[in-house]
Amino acid sequence: MQVPDDLRYTQDHEWLRIEGNEAVVGITEYAATQLGDIVFVELPATGTALDAAQAFGVIESVKTASDLFAPAAGEIIAINESLADKPELVNDDPYGEGWMVRLKLSDPAAVAAPSDHLMDPDSYRKLVEAG
Amino acid sequence: MTYGPHTPADREWMLGALGVDSIDALFADIPVAVRAHGLDVPHGLDELSLSRRLELLAGRNRTDLVSFLGAGAYRHHIPATVDQILSRGEFYTAYTPYQPEISQGTLQTIYEYQSLIAQLTGLDIVSASHYDGAAATAEAALMTVRATRRDRVLVSRAVHRHFVDTTRTYFEGGRLELDELPTLPDGTTDLGALERELADAARPVAGVILGQPNAFGILENMADAARLAHAAGALFVAAVEPVSLAVLAPPADYGADIAVGEGQPLGIPLQYGGPYLGLLCARADLVRQVPGRLVGRTTDVDGRRAFVMTLRAREQDIRRDKAASNICTNQALCALAATVYIATLGPHGLRDVAALGAARAKQLEDALGAVGVSRIHSGPYLNEFAVRVPGARRVHATLVERGFVAGLPLADWYPDDPALEDALLLCATEVTTDDDIARFATALREVTR
Amino acid sequence: MTALVEPQPVQAEGHGLGPKRVVGGALQPTLDELSRPGRASAMVPHPSSDALERIPASQRRSGGLGLPELNEPEVVRHFVNLSQLNYSIDTGFYPLGSCTMKYNPKINEWAARLPGFAALHPLAPDAAAQGTLELLWELEQWLIEISGMKAVTLQPAAGAQGELTGILMIRAYHLARGDTARTEVIVPDSSHGTNPATASMAGFKTVTVKSTAEGQVDLEALRAALGPQTAAVMLTNPSTLGMFEKQIEQLLDAVHGAGALAYMDGANMNAILGKFRPGEAGFDVMHFNTHKTFSTPHGGGGPGAGPVAVGDKLLPFLPWPRVLRNGEGFRLERAGERPTSIGRVRSYQGSVGVLVRAYAYLLAHGAEGLIEVSEDAVLAANYLRSRLAGTFEMPFAQVSKHEFVASASAIKKRTGVRMLDIAKRLIDYGFHPPTIYFPLTVDECMLVEPTETESVETLDAFAEALISIVAEADSYPQLLHDAPHDSPVRRLDEATAARQPDLRWRPMTGAEPVCPQ
Repeated sequence: MQVPDDLRYTQDHEWLRIEGNEAVVGITEYAATQLGDIVFVELPATGTALDAAQAFGVIESVKTASDLFAPAAGEIIAINESLADKPELVNDDPYGEGWMVRLKLSDPAAVAAPSDHLMDPDSYRKLVEAG
Repeated sequence: MTYGPHTPADREWMLGALGVDSIDALFADIPVAVRAHGLDVPHGLDELSLSRRLELLAGRNRTDLVSFLGAGAYRHHIPATVDQILSRGEFYTAYTPYQPEISQGTLQTIYEYQSLIAQLTGLDIVSASHYDGAAATAEAALMTVRATRRDRVLVSRAVHRHFVDTTRTYFEGGRLELDELPTLPDGTTDLGALERELADAARPVAGVILGQPNAFGILENMADAARLAHAAGALFVAAVEPVSLAVLAPPADYGADIAVGEGQPLGIPLQYGGPYLGLLCARADLVRQVPGRLVGRTTDVDGRRAFVMTLRAREQDIRRDKAASNICTNQALCALAATVYIATLGPHGLRDVAALGAARAKQLEDALGAVGVSRIHSGPYLNEFAVRVPGARRVHATLVERGFVAGLPLADWYPDDPALEDALLLCATEVTTDDDIARFATALREVTR
Repeated sequence: MTALVEPQPVQAEGHGLGPKRVVGGALQPTLDELSRPGRASAMVPHPSSDALERIPASQRRSGGLGLPELNEPEVVRHFVNLSQLNYSIDTGFYPLGSCTMKYNPKINEWAARLPGFAALHPLAPDAAAQGTLELLWELEQWLIEISGMKAVTLQPAAGAQGELTGILMIRAYHLARGDTARTEVIVPDSSHGTNPATASMAGFKTVTVKSTAEGQVDLEALRAALGPQTAAVMLTNPSTLGMFEKQIEQLLDAVHGAGALAYMDGANMNAILGKFRPGEAGFDVMHFNTHKTFSTPHGGGGPGAGPVAVGDKLLPFLPWPRVLRNGEGFRLERAGERPTSIGRVRSYQGSVGVLVRAYAYLLAHGAEGLIEVSEDAVLAANYLRSRLAGTFEMPFAQVSKHEFVASASAIKKRTGVRMLDIAKRLIDYGFHPPTIYFPLTVDECMLVEPTETESVETLDAFAEALISIVAEADSYPQLLHDAPHDSPVRRLDEATAARQPDLRWRPMTGAEPVCPQ
């Protein structure tokens, strides 16, 4: 079970990669495995403003559909267009090609340090192992 | 009578295996205060007695009357193949095909149904049926709201009254507006009024719904209505009669985004109102907005072609409160009837049915004209039209006594419209005979003298 | 009892067949692949060639219809062969929890096809429809008695539509009292998916309440969730876990104490006919599923019917038009006769063809027969549960009603085999799998409902098949992962079906050449 060290994680199994004032969002390998074969990812339009923990999309597998929640507040400046034709990228490369949206963070300082809402990799590993 | 196999010995055996001596022990979990004490209903009947009761009731219905009643439900010749196939236990006693490996019969017939209706309408996404045309229309209206994120839907007053009423009931659940468009003396929807409503910037419109033919039997200017809707950013929904699609332009050709309709004319008996078949079709890019089941083609692990329910994550059992609709059952057996009907008739047979109805309707119009009864609307019709008969309701009742059902008094559907106070909506199909028409015209003349 | 044939051991690539194949049809081409230009059967006479000339050209179809051309024998063979690819109640045991797959009596099929019923137009004048109107009225009386309610509507076309009808009536009730604050509907976490979906459709927010470890609605959690914002609570009783809610009186008191109304999802009525009458116990509204409790055929996914029964509070809001007695006869309510009605929920009077079948079923059974149905259904479920208690975990100690939940959680930990695999392997043994992964609250679960129309031999054979399969899980887990082995098609690629949907055959132009096969 891959849990890259350079990311932050939420309780809902999203990851956040902070790049200065921007951040990239996706779902973890654990989440992708739980969901099964991903068949569709519904993402909002660029320009959409999100609050932290706000639902911003839906990820659909054969058997389930789950909401996606914003790990941090910000404005969507890019979405991963490849997912429209190849949703399986989320299964194959959840931390790389399976990225979902890029945010311009509303408050970069607020996400600077790990917290209960944005866990460090070790805390997330513990969460996943607890089952 | 009951249909269970258990003898007293069987019950004793099972109770013994459970270590209890009476069935009451298995109902001890019901609190005493809420336990029922039997049922105050009659004793059960053996099959012979039951069949007599049913025959008695069936015999009290007057299906012998010569009928010109349509208004959304039509008498057609149903090929004998339809009921033979529907009577196969493997079809009618099967459940929803959740285990596709042993449900390829149901799944493939639904795929074939989807393909046939897509072929008729020109719209590629066909849901595996809704309860009836009314529910399909309500669902389509909700689709336009979801797709455009607007709150207002316009529906012509000349869409089937029950479709409009049902949509209104479904709309009660949300902060949604359903407004009716007026019609013109020729029987078509007033497109000038449509244009004005669409121009109201304060109340943007999600969808526009017109019938083809409409509830007066009149053919609408669908392409013009679609253009107006699209220019205002709304979706265009066509409520169509499926047999007419054999001879009329299909919804895709005139720009419909969604088509709905009542599929009863496709091989389903009248049955006093159901079970019927709600058609719902949409453009390919609206696929994720379409409520209800969809069957898709795929392969199995050995490479065999197979069919499976797909895009299921949209359905109620998974999305729950976020599902597009709460629909669970579809009218699978009715969809099967439609599939067998269309397969048996083929394209030429279906065209013949529609054309015969048109010919009979013209014959009816002429015969009535000869006795001084003429149409209310001047627009073109296919096989249904409204005529003016002073004292329509009284005439209708008298004609029932004489063995005729003179269509539908339109005042039933439009009680506040003086122009329709004396209107009777009449239809003819391929089962209407020369004799029916001649005798009806004669009777009508006598009653209106 | 029947002897079970030992399954063949796993071959090199896991091709161990099961003991019994019951679905054995041959795969079929689709209608467009069978089509050949010129094939037809004359079903109606030919019209004159000018019949359509009066239709404006702009409104006429141009070009071919592009529908398949077959003759009658081919049509029949096609569909008969397809039918043989289906499992059905008429084929074998179908223990689907929550679906009540009981035998569909054949006299009901005869009844619905009587021309007096089948050929009656839905807008026929009341005078011409007295037979059907009487049947509908009488059916309502039976359902009133069974439910313990005051009135019934037969209009809804399915359970889900019945739920919507009930919730819309509740909405109308609160608005009529001037109470606009009630914006929430409470459902248990074990509820059927239609419940929250219905609440959303009706414009309510769904609040979910957790079940206790014993699988009952948590009374304290319900009390905490209730308030002046609650319009209704939707309960299934017996629950979707197959158990009677022992605190039903307290639950209903709490609901009414908060000024909300209690809706009962009647999907599980098969357990309690004549034993518990929801209206009498305090529910305000409930729906029936005629295709569950009253044997109307499932038809491969429908049609069903969802009559709704109400108490005094909701009676004014019933859908229009109702069927009324009229002296010696019957009539439909007139327009404007009851302005408080929520209106229509569907066209015409309802799925009358389905209701004729339900009526016949009720008359055949009568009071004693219906009680026997529930007693035998509950007995069979508990018996089957006891036969499987050593093989699966039974998460709840309480006596079952007509269905029970079993879990394969320990089996999965021990062998890696999931309930899905066990279900698929049942197909190789000639059984339809039970419901799996519902309710959502129990891990690796199956929900088993044998119904009252299955013999002890069938129940024993099913139990033995499951015991054998669990033994296979320990010795040959791959056999189960690859199951079914002996069905017309094997496990399907559902991911591709969803990613690249193929929902119709290639469009036909109407001038198709002969298709190569």
